[in-house]
Parts: sequence; structure tokens; C-alpha cells
Amino acid sequence: MPEKTTVYKDFIEDTLKEYPEKSKKERAKHIAIIEPGDTSCSVKSNKKSLPGVMTIRGCAYAGSKGVVWGPVKDMVHISHGPVGCGQYSWGTRRNYYNGITGINSFGMMQITSDFQEKDIVFGGDKKLSKIIDELEEMFPLSKGISIQSECPIGLIGDDIEAVARKKSEEIKKTIIPVRCEGFRGVSQSLGHHIANDALRDWVYEKDVKGADVEDSKYNVALMGDYNIGGDAWSSRKILEDMGLKVISQSTGDSTLSELANIKKAKLVLLHCYRSMNYVARYLEEKFQVPWLEFNFFGPTQIFQSMRKIAEHFDEKIKERTEYLINEVYGPKLQKITDKYFPKIKGKKVVLYVGGLRPRHIIPAFQDLGAEVIMTGYEFAHNDDYQRTLEYLNDTTIIVDDMTEYELEKTIKKLKPDLFGSGIKEKYQVQKSGVPFRQMHSWDYSGPYHGIDGYEIFAKDVDMAINGYIWKKITPPWEKGA
Amino acid sequence: MKGCEGICNITMFNEESYKTLFNNKKNYEDGHDDKKVKSVLEYTKTKEYMEKNFSREAVVINPLKACQPLGAFYAAIGFENTLPYLHGSQGCAAYFRSHFSRHFKEPFPAVSDSMTEDAAVFGGHKNIYEGLKNSYKLYKPEIIGMCTSCMAEVIGDDISSFVNNAKSQGDIPKDVDVVTAHTPSFVGSHITGYDNMLYEFIKYFGDELSAKHEKINVFLGFDTYVGDFTEIKRIFSLFGVEYTIISDPSEMLNSPADGNYKMFRGGTKIEELKKAPGAKGAIFLQTYSMSKTIQHVKNQWGQVARIINPIGLKGFDDLLVAISELTGKEIPEELKSERGKFVDAITDSYYHVYGKRFAVTGDPDIAYGLTRFILELGGEPVHILVTNANKKFTKEMNKLLEEFSKEDSCKVYPEKDMWHLRSLMFVEPVDYLIGNTFTKLVARDTDTPLIRIGFPIFDRHHLHRYPVIGYQGGINLLNWIVNGILEDIDNKTKDSSNFDIVR
Repeated sequence: MPEKTTVYKDFIEDTLKEYPEKSKKERAKHIAIIEPGDTSCSVKSNKKSLPGVMTIRGCAYAGSKGVVWGPVKDMVHISHGPVGCGQYSWGTRRNYYNGITGINSFGMMQITSDFQEKDIVFGGDKKLSKIIDELEEMFPLSKGISIQSECPIGLIGDDIEAVARKKSEEIKKTIIPVRCEGFRGVSQSLGHHIANDALRDWVYEKDVKGADVEDSKYNVALMGDYNIGGDAWSSRKILEDMGLKVISQSTGDSTLSELANIKKAKLVLLHCYRSMNYVARYLEEKFQVPWLEFNFFGPTQIFQSMRKIAEHFDEKIKERTEYLINEVYGPKLQKITDKYFPKIKGKKVVLYVGGLRPRHIIPAFQDLGAEVIMTGYEFAHNDDYQRTLEYLNDTTIIVDDMTEYELEKTIKKLKPDLFGSGIKEKYQVQKSGVPFRQMHSWDYSGPYHGIDGYEIFAKDVDMAINGYIWKKITPPWEKGA
Repeated sequence: MKGCEGICNITMFNEESYKTLFNNKKNYEDGHDDKKVKSVLEYTKTKEYMEKNFSREAVVINPLKACQPLGAFYAAIGFENTLPYLHGSQGCAAYFRSHFSRHFKEPFPAVSDSMTEDAAVFGGHKNIYEGLKNSYKLYKPEIIGMCTSCMAEVIGDDISSFVNNAKSQGDIPKDVDVVTAHTPSFVGSHITGYDNMLYEFIKYFGDELSAKHEKINVFLGFDTYVGDFTEIKRIFSLFGVEYTIISDPSEMLNSPADGNYKMFRGGTKIEELKKAPGAKGAIFLQTYSMSKTIQHVKNQWGQVARIINPIGLKGFDDLLVAISELTGKEIPEELKSERGKFVDAITDSYYHVYGKRFAVTGDPDIAYGLTRFILELGGEPVHILVTNANKKFTKEMNKLLEEFSKEDSCKVYPEKDMWHLRSLMFVEPVDYLIGNTFTKLVARDTDTPLIRIGFPIFDRHHLHRYPVIGYQGGINLLNWIVNGILEDIDNKTKDSSNFDIVR
């Protein structure tokens, strides 16, 4: 057995031993060591989190309002239920958009039905109707409304679909009821799925019309990019450079029209597979629009993805793509790599994130000379783990639905040089003396996608790993300083 | 940025390449034309729109309040070796933890028992059994502070009997203290939840037969300035008075980075809490976040309870007088001198505040204190907007405005949100806005400088480390307010001859 494997095995054993017996058995199924060449990933996923273990996961509402629907900028999204959910998710995901907030864009707003006891007792449907009328008065330029259900809605038997149908006719705007109550499913993931289904049922099946788009063989839709810190814009730049026409972007900085128009694309380019694959599959089946997964993190993947995308188009696009890679982007990114590689080479990284990032970012770290020794997903499914295998070229620990306890053990035992995870994890890791980057929000930086993104990413990784302060955690009067 | 080597993500989206990209994207957005957008924007600034805005009865837009269990977590984490525990969906706990971590830049360990559909149907007892078992084994808390999400409240889970079952079937040892509080999100706000959890703690541990002693119980309330805890300790030490702070999260939420992460740090010792009913008296530094708790201390513990809002000059005076009266001790010379220094600082600075128009927002207690301080400095708190206010608050605020003869020029807006405030600030503009990070949105819309005081503050660092009460707190508030104003004056005069060197 290679040395690494032994060390990792010990680590896993040691980590699990503190759990109560039943929980230990359960958790053991969610952690595995993957060797190069492995063709299947044995990690169990998409199962309920154990009660009381301090899971890092969120809920279905977070997956729908927070991830998929929230960024659709010209619609008003009602957090339907008590005040909290909307408050905690207000503006924190950094989905950038252009527009005037409260006038023609409604992204960074917390619009809530602020349920009171009487709404629980007598039901909230009447209130919801009234809310929609009031929203029309307040925000006449909105293009539609979505109703994001919080826990009580599904428990008190409200019929938000009926309200949506009735009011939609009245106000002549699209109204989308979403059953994303926080208790549904095991994580954010079901919220993505429910949000996708709502998009299917209330946009495409209702034949909501998007603006006219000039037909072109180069029309593509950029899907599953939430424009965190401007990611989608940075990606879009590449696609436009290649000669493609991005007729729709979803859902970062997107509009209802852009959502309706995805089906007019010749090819759907899917970045976050986990959160929007359902709609991609549906559009393929119903409208015969093919979709393609791609990865715009770091030069290796960017160039590979550009070529993969170009394959779907004519010689003109292919030639342009080769030109960009060889003459423009290639040399530019090489300079960045040359600058940062010596400072990052050989550093050990642990990732624990959501969506696509636990696998997509690995090659970007490798481009900079770092090694991802462990990676994990908050809410992945089996297909995500299968997809992860192709990204691994060394013995790697894979973890699903990590707990805060396991995180603590990871820091102590594996002593990574950089930990990439979320806000709840950040300060615990930093106090343990390990550099940290939030890899959901890009730690208030970004974009990290695309050509511009790589430079910012490289700079941030260098900044995190090589900050002077990390060498000074232990005071000079203590041993080992 | 001038010092930026290579690409700069602070200014990059203003560059030509992105401007072109945005313009190109507009062709696919199906947006309204610029003229229409402009006309609606102007319309939202009018009195006519404000009237419609204020006639809203159902929808709440940009409120300045959160829900009960958030406050309950905050109360629980102020006790030694205590793990906040949410009986409900895991998403709630994730949100509370994120919210606190974004404000304090600190970890906020807390668990949930991950209720899902089956719990909604069959009840959440199994979640409690397994949740207690796992969290106790992994994190070894001495106390678990359990509150409920709206889901658990809607299905009506009887958490205290579930906890008893868990103990009798051996999921956790019988002697592990589990304090339970019902905290429905559809009643009140986070300060209600704070009160509910605090009340349950003092009821659970406060042994009413405890022997009488000379200590004073101090309750700070939902106070997110960890520096306040340090300041209170300093003041009591100067008096030479022994005290017990009931719920003190200041060590927990201001912990060192020394390479050794510890889940629990500091907090009120349970031994102290058990003796608290025998104390000589109690000082409450907030009122709206502790109404139930105050009643219990007064009625059940039979304690002399002094309720003082310690913000501003009168607040500082009242606090010193109250401690002195409760304990019979003289006000220490050092604090008398500090009082003089605080007055001195005010005499230096109030000229810049006098007559300036303010909008004040925040939770009721801090909003009351800040309004009072602005009035003491001669400012005009023309809009006082508190989303989670009650009738008592409005009455108290009106009394305060009358005291300063401002009842005609200044107005209290209880149960209103930031979209109301936006209208107010367009139709009846102010010079400065005081509020938390969310209020930066209305500050931007109305082009009003924002002085950040309150909770949460996500977009500035370290403000929560400073006190806002007592002498040090007074100086800090004065500093933020006056220098906020001077910064604004510099900005406004940078192209004119009155860009003064001395101010």
C-alpha cells in the first residue's frame, strides 16, 4: 500500500472513532480514498444528514431562492413565510447584476410575507394575493414574480399554485410558485431540482415568450453560472471572443426573457451541472437542444473546454478558438502561471464546497502547482462523484456531507496549506492556523471563471498561502516557533 | 486601483471590454427602455409613491429584523460550555451560523437535528433522540440550549418531553442539562427569541433558594458589541462591586488565533447562574430584548431591577448612579473623571452634529439609545424607524422626543421597513443615516452618508470589538458620528475653497 494511502486510512479511522456506533457506520459510507485509475466512486451521497452532527448543508429554500431563482434579476422573488429565511440570504451570495435595484432589477432585496401567527392559523393564501397586488403597485416594471416557499407553507396546506394561476391572469405577468420548503429533501440539492421543475412547468410548459432573437448557427445559452463576483461575465467574454452569440445567460444576471429563450440556442453550455442539469435534460428532450458541460477554471480546463465547445461549430469558430488559445490567451495565462507557480508549487489543498467546484477547481490548483489532497461535496449525487474521478490523478480523499467535527480532524491530521470552504468554516480553520479561502463567495473577490478570473484566482491563492501572518501564529516564546 | 498590478477586480467592470459586453447583453434581456426606467425611478421618489408605499398592508420589503431562533442561539452561546441546538430544518441553523460569522468574523458552533419530510409527518422525536446522542458524543457540551424552528412549532413538537424520553432511554446521560425554549419564527423577532431562551436559562438554573449575597446580576441583552462586555467588567471592577453577567458571549466571539481552535470559550458559569437569584439586585441594559426575563427576575426572584439604557451621556450617568444606589458604594473617582472627559469630548465635537438631520434605525434598544445620544449632541433624529418595535417602544420614544421638544420635527416609525425608509428619505431628506449593513442600500439610493452602528455589520471589520456603552462606548460613538460627518464634509468640499485643514 502506498504511504499516502496508509496515512489517509489512519486519518479516516481516527476521525470516525468518536461517533456513536450507528452514526459511525453511517458516516463511514461517506468517506473514501480514491486511487488513480479507480473507475467507480464508492462514496454514498444524497442521504439525510445525521441529526446533531453539525452538518454544513443548507436547505431546499436555499437551493431554490438562494441559488437558482434569486439571481433572476427582473423578477420579484417573495420569501413566503416567516421573516428569517429571506433575511439570512439577503445579498450574501454575490450574484452580480446590472440594473437599478427596486426599479427594473430586484436582486439585492428581501421581499417577504413576514408570516405572523394568524397567517399560520388561517392560512396565507389571501395575504399572498394581496402581496402580489402591492408588489404591482410598488414595482410596476417587474417582469414576473416567484413565490419561494418556506417551511410552514407546505405544512399548513396553502394552495400557492391556485393563487399564482389566478393572480397571473389578473396582472398579466408570469407568476411562479415554488415548493421549496426547507424540510424537503436532504440538502440544497432538492431545492435546485424543485426550482428546475418550476422553470419547466411555469415557463416552458406555459410557453412564456422571450424576446425575439435573430436566428444564427452560433447562438448558445450559458447556463448554470450564477455570476458570483462576475463569473458569468468573465466566461461570456471568452464565448463572444470565440465568435459565439450568447443569447441567454442563466441564472446569474439573467432575465425572464433569457430563461424563456434558452430553448432557442443551438447549444446549451452548462457550467454547474448539479443545479441545472434537470432543465438541460428537459430542453434536450422536448426541444432537441443539445447541452454540453464545460469548465472555465484555470488554463488547462479553459482550453480543453473551448476546444470541446468549438467542436460543435464550423471551421471559422475552430480556427478562431485555436488562434485565441495559441496567440492570445495562452501566452497571457502562461505569464500568470509563471509568476505564481513558484510560490504555490507543492502546496496541499483541501476543498469542501458545493455544486461543481469540488472537482472543477482541482485543475486550476494544479495549473498553479498545488495538490488537492482531499475534496468534498455538501450535496452531490452519485453522478457528481463519478464525474470527479476524471479530475483526480493522485490518491485523494473524497468526503460527502462533512461535519464540523470531521473538519476539525482534517485540519489537525492532514495539516493542509490551504483550506477552501464556506463562511461557517472559515474562522475555525483560520484560528487553527491554516490559511483559508471561501470557495462559495470567492471570499468577496472574484470572478474566478475565465481568463480574467484565473489571474484573480492565482493572486488570491498566493495571498492566502503566503500571508506573513500564517508564519507567526505560534508566539516566539513557545516551542516550535 | 492605482496600486493594482495586472487586473483589478474593484474597477474591472467599468472597463471598456466589460461595458461593451454589458451593452451587447442588453440586446437579449428584453428590458424596459431607459426612458421608462428613468421615469419610474423618479416616480418612486415622489410623495404620491410614498403614500402608496405607506398604505401597504401585506408585503414587507427590506425589513430590519430577523427571526426568533437566531436570538435564542445568541442567548445560549453566552453560557459556559453550551451548545446551541435547533430542533428543526438544518438550513435554519446554517443560516444563523453564517449570519453570526459574517458579523463577528468568528466561528459560531451550533447544531440542528435536520428534520425532514418524515419528521413533518410523524413528529421530530427521533431527530431529538439521535441529535442529542450525536451532538453530545462529538462535541461534549455540558449544556445544550435547544430552541425550535417554525417547522417544529407548526407541527407542535413537545420538545421537553422528547428530551426527557431521550434521557430515560439513555441517548444522553440524565445529568446533562438541556434547556428548551419555544421560539416560533412567526412571532416577534430575533430579540423575542433572545428573551425566550434567556428566560428559560434563568428559570432552569436559577435556584430560588440560593443564599443571599452581595453580587449584582448584569444583563446586557441582545448586545452584539463584544466590547460592551469588557467595558461593563471594567466599570464594575472600578466600583469594586462583584457581579455576574448573565449570558456573556464575549470570549466565545472574540477568540485568539493561536493554532488551537476550541469550540467553547468563556461564558457565564452555571454555578454563578445558580446563585444569581440570591443577588442583591439586577441591572438590565436593554428592555425590549428581555421583557419576559425582567418580569421573572422582578417577580420570581424578587430582585430590585434597574433597567437602564446605557448609551449616551444620560445612559452613562444613570448606569453609574444605579450601581452606586444598588450597592451603596460611592462612584469611583476614576469614573467621575471619565465622565468629565466624555463631556469634554462632547463639547469639542457637538457643533458638527447640532442641527444635522438624521434617520436612525436598529433594534429597539439600540435605536432608543442612539436617538437619545443624537439628541444630546443637538442633532435632529427626524426619522426613527424600527421594524421590530412595539407600542411601548413608540410611547417611550415619543416621551423622549418631548423631553427635547422635538415631537413636532421628529417621528417614530414602528413596524416599518427599509422600503418605507427609502420613501421617507426621498420626500423628507436627512443628512445622515445610522444603521446596519443592509441600510447601505437605502443610503446609496438616496445618496445619504451612512454611519454604521447596529447588527448585522457585514461590510466593515472590527466595529463590534468596540464598546458603545459607558465612557469608552460614548467616545466610540462620538468618534464614528462626528468623524463620519467630517469625512462627508471633506468629500463635499474637495473641489472648493472650504476644503479646510482644521475642522
